[in-house]
Amino acid sequence: MHIDTCGLSCPEPVIQTMKAINTGAQSLRVLVDNTTAMENVKRMANSKGFTVTMEPQGELFVLHLNKV
Amino acid sequence: MAIQPVSRFLASRQGIILIGAIIGILAPLLQKFGNPANMGICVACFERDIVGALGLHRAAVVQYIRPEIPGFILGSLMAAFYFKDFRARTGSAPLVRFVLGFCAMVGALVFLGCPWRALLRLAGGDLNAILGLTGLTIGVAIGDQFLKHGYTLGRSRPTYASAGLVMPALSLGLLLLLFFAPRFSANGPIFFSEMGPGSMHAPVIMSLAVGLIVGIIAQRTRFCTMGSIRDVLLVRDLHLMSGIIALTIAAFATNLILGQVHVGFSAQPVAHSNHLWNLLGMVLAGLAFVLAGGCPGRQLILSGEGDGDAAIFVLGMLTGAAFAHNFALASGPDALVDGALKVGGPSIWGMWAVAIGLVICLLIGWTMREKIEEVR
Repeated sequence: MHIDTCGLSCPEPVIQTMKAINTGAQSLRVLVDNTTAMENVKRMANSKGFTVTMEPQGELFVLHLNKV
Repeated sequence: MAIQPVSRFLASRQGIILIGAIIGILAPLLQKFGNPANMGICVACFERDIVGALGLHRAAVVQYIRPEIPGFILGSLMAAFYFKDFRARTGSAPLVRFVLGFCAMVGALVFLGCPWRALLRLAGGDLNAILGLTGLTIGVAIGDQFLKHGYTLGRSRPTYASAGLVMPALSLGLLLLLFFAPRFSANGPIFFSEMGPGSMHAPVIMSLAVGLIVGIIAQRTRFCTMGSIRDVLLVRDLHLMSGIIALTIAAFATNLILGQVHVGFSAQPVAHSNHLWNLLGMVLAGLAFVLAGGCPGRQLILSGEGDGDAAIFVLGMLTGAAFAHNFALASGPDALVDGALKVGGPSIWGMWAVAIGLVICLLIGWTMREKIEEVR
């Protein structure tokens, strides 16, 4: 599943990711455009039992979330 | 200085606790050196003072160009440049954000303080802050329901770097007006209060330095009082809350050492003990903060790192402050009249303003929701 959170205000990136996790997704690709959203999504995903790897993409970040 | 390790530390739980504690120590020190009691730092009050100094309202006791406010914005700009996350962006429902800023300021001036000051008031023994913080939590909880049901003001877009520098430029302009204190006409601005809270201030350089320091560290840690409550309620995340608790404990300890703790409800400095309106004022402010995505302090910080939408929220707050005093919406403090306590609070206009503000914010939250199309 792919989520694009670019341009969204805090805490919408976290809410969108959380909603996707709550639908039972085991693997997610989340596009974020700022470090605040990146850290917030990472912290929430870790707390839900996901590993998070970050891949810079120009000025954006791609977060790969995988259920442990 | 290596950027990555510093950023990692500041983003950690220990980092935010340290930052909260630093702000909690600095704010009471500003009081010790001249800022009004229980008002070491207050974004709402200080913006109101600036608006008054410019003559946009004429309440003579609250007029001063508070250097802390431009300090926050410029500190945030410096941190954003140094750590390479200055991003100029704008375009997410600016007019709605202006209205939210306006409503937030009206609510804050009915309570008499922003969330930062609510914590500092509590740390100084002002128990009315409990009502304010309860109201803030209720407002945030209402806003959370809208967020859960798809509330969004839409996406911002990247813009020119120079567009992101407008608020820092305005901040520099304010500092010039403070330093040179020009008199634009015989009875005109710049106004500086000769009595009341507006006449009480720490030395300019100290206030500016604290503003810059807080701006820098708040930019790095995303420090946000409203966000701390929202994250606990919405995603059970205690990260920001741990910083807020550290701020309150550190401020209380500093106040104890400085002899600045006076526990009670009545006749607290620049505060009123009208419980209902302390609560309702902050319900309105809290709801407006959630819908706009940050408390007043956070919005200032965002406006310094290039967020034009946060800047519009700040301008809405400034306008709200002018209206709040010109239209007698802001609360009056408790006062001792002939030895008897006269409980302060809002005028009937202030009460109506809070009610209308709540209706406006509820309409914004209710009508600006969309199905989440990004999940695919």
